[in-house]
Amino acid sequence: MAHNAPLVAPRKTLAAELKKAIGKDLLAHDFAADEDSITVQRDAIAGVMVSLRDGLEYQQLMEIAGVDYPERLERFEVVYHLLSVTRNHRLRVRVSTDEATPVPSIVPVWPVAGWLEREVFDMYGVLFSGNPDLRRILTDYGFEGHPQRKDFPLTGYVELRYSEEDKRVVQEPVRLAQDFRNFDFLSPWEGADYVLPGDEKAGGTGEAPGKGAPTPMTAKEVKAADDKTKAPPPPTPKTTEKPADTGAGNKANKAAAKPSKDGAKARADGESKTPATRKAEKAGPKAKAPAKPRAPRKPKTGGDA
Amino acid sequence: MTDAPQVKHHGSDMFEGYPVDTANTAGDQAVTNYTINFGPQHPAAHGVLRMVMELDGEIIERVDPHVGLLHRGTEKLIEHKTYLQALPYFDRLDYCSPLGMEHSYVLAIEKLLDLEVPDRGQYLRVLFAELTRICNHMLNIGAHVMDVGAMTPNLWVFELREDCLNFFERASGARMHSAYFRPGGVHQDVPEKLLVDIGEWCETRLPRLFGDAMSLVVDNRIFKQRNVDIATVSKEDTLAWGFSGPMIRGAGIPWDLRKSQPYDAYAKMDFEIPVGTRGDCYDRFMVRVQEVYQSAKIILQCINQMPTGPVASLDRKVVPPKRGEMKQSMESLIHHFKLYTEGFHVPAGEVYVATESPKGEFGVYLVSDGTNKPYRCKIRPTAFSHLQAMDFMCKGHMLADTTAIIGAIDVVFGECDR
Repeated sequence: MAHNAPLVAPRKTLAAELKKAIGKDLLAHDFAADEDSITVQRDAIAGVMVSLRDGLEYQQLMEIAGVDYPERLERFEVVYHLLSVTRNHRLRVRVSTDEATPVPSIVPVWPVAGWLEREVFDMYGVLFSGNPDLRRILTDYGFEGHPQRKDFPLTGYVELRYSEEDKRVVQEPVRLAQDFRNFDFLSPWEGADYVLPGDEKAGGTGEAPGKGAPTPMTAKEVKAADDKTKAPPPPTPKTTEKPADTGAGNKANKAAAKPSKDGAKARADGESKTPATRKAEKAGPKAKAPAKPRAPRKPKTGGDA
Repeated sequence: MTDAPQVKHHGSDMFEGYPVDTANTAGDQAVTNYTINFGPQHPAAHGVLRMVMELDGEIIERVDPHVGLLHRGTEKLIEHKTYLQALPYFDRLDYCSPLGMEHSYVLAIEKLLDLEVPDRGQYLRVLFAELTRICNHMLNIGAHVMDVGAMTPNLWVFELREDCLNFFERASGARMHSAYFRPGGVHQDVPEKLLVDIGEWCETRLPRLFGDAMSLVVDNRIFKQRNVDIATVSKEDTLAWGFSGPMIRGAGIPWDLRKSQPYDAYAKMDFEIPVGTRGDCYDRFMVRVQEVYQSAKIILQCINQMPTGPVASLDRKVVPPKRGEMKQSMESLIHHFKLYTEGFHVPAGEVYVATESPKGEFGVYLVSDGTNKPYRCKIRPTAFSHLQAMDFMCKGHMLADTTAIIGAIDVVFGECDR
């Protein structure tokens, strides 16, 4: 044990004492991080608390905390923290419940439980049967929902503002100027159980998500897979093997030498140049002076040497 | 509750031993109970407390405190922040004793990580936690005496509070919301001169000024009339109603987590636990007054015994490296980047860590699922259970006693409502 958190001596005989005091209502007892926790039957919680207070000397109830585990069948855990000032020991007592099943109230055992249960009810919607005053406590008058549930958004659903027209505070649906940014820091190598953002189109590997990269294939398998997906060779190009196939030859030449119907003559062989070409050839090489070479660049002055 | 004034109901047939015909007395009016709102905008409510009071004349019959007007959803916000990012929220819970709140939280994280804090870090934490206690008690003692009518002591002890805040500023850069305690130690080392100044202050200015201020109050006839035998709570009741801190010690139970479940360097400190005898408002007040002297004693011990060495753990997977290191070492740079973006991951598990904050047992129930954000962080405020007892503490007292009772509870709503 290296940490410097409050030092509590372990209560060595606790397991036996618990078994004796609670008996069959004790579902589990574990000792982790130097702290004793027990899980007990929900319906027996009031009786368990009485025997813990009177039999095992846990005089004080310090805290009731709700915890939400949405993936569980009974999603809520109600966690009681007890303190013994005579034995100098702490004990955590857990019961689990769901939205509809009430937990027996322990207000008759510890009056302080009244507000603590109200808070769990307010935050999680856990019902406590027998609490004489199970109203909301921390949230606003007329609030709806149970904000500490994991499926309740951080921003909530409504926002308040003072309306100058109505001269009162009005409720409106939440509008965010900027989306809430939630960065995911789970490493894909350490059990991220989803398709990585941006990877949706890749279609994955066909295996279940979270399995990591597929096993490499052998060279043979790679070749076989490549062969399977290889495109067929392009069709043989069409060629003209004989001049006759081209439609060219004497016959075609003769036909081309005939004057056309509008009177223009076909040019003789030497007349294949356009007038512009001829003009340019006549002008000769003097027509255009070669470009002057560019002056060498001046070295930069100043700046970093 | 033996000394509480007896409630005299109207309509009774006897008054001071004489038979009275209530139905037929001329000029008399039947008085019915009426209900008033104490707060939420009341200077003596110490914040935003709304109490619906049912009064019979000036006698309180029933009190229904409405809390939650300062609820900011801190626990929900913490679930969406990394462990380090969540730390400054604790400063803002009990804004009169910010470091006391941080203390529970960092210890809870360290317990889950099983991380050891170097000696100097532990001593610095204890020193500043005790300075916070003095700072908190200065506010509460001053406010309490002002609630019952004395003006001068409040002005004097606020001078001392100002000194404390200056010390915080010199250590962390911030007067109130220091964010000085970090998982693994404290944020930075203090200058040597600061320790010297704190020690000097504890030996000279604090006892003189505080002693002067208290000499005006503790034997003052009016102050005693307003506090002695007001809201007496028996030992059994303090246990049943989950009291802690000066509220439980005022009733005579010597219960102090610094002694019974020592954390950080408290095991090495020599100090006493002041307790009350009657469990009334005056005892609670006097417990706080004596605690100030004990805190000063602890601070002086811390300064005298302060070892040298690192102020925070050197585990670079939790505690970020200093900036100077980062300029030289690539690995430090990587650690810094990772810790301030992703943060550290805390092994799965759950702990409940409670420390003796100036107001009582301040607990943090931390559930981790192995990621870099707390799965659940339940904060156990001190004022919640104390305020719940307002009803039975006020019953039978006069309306004007309410301010003394609230003052002696030492309630701060940032912490109560979270």
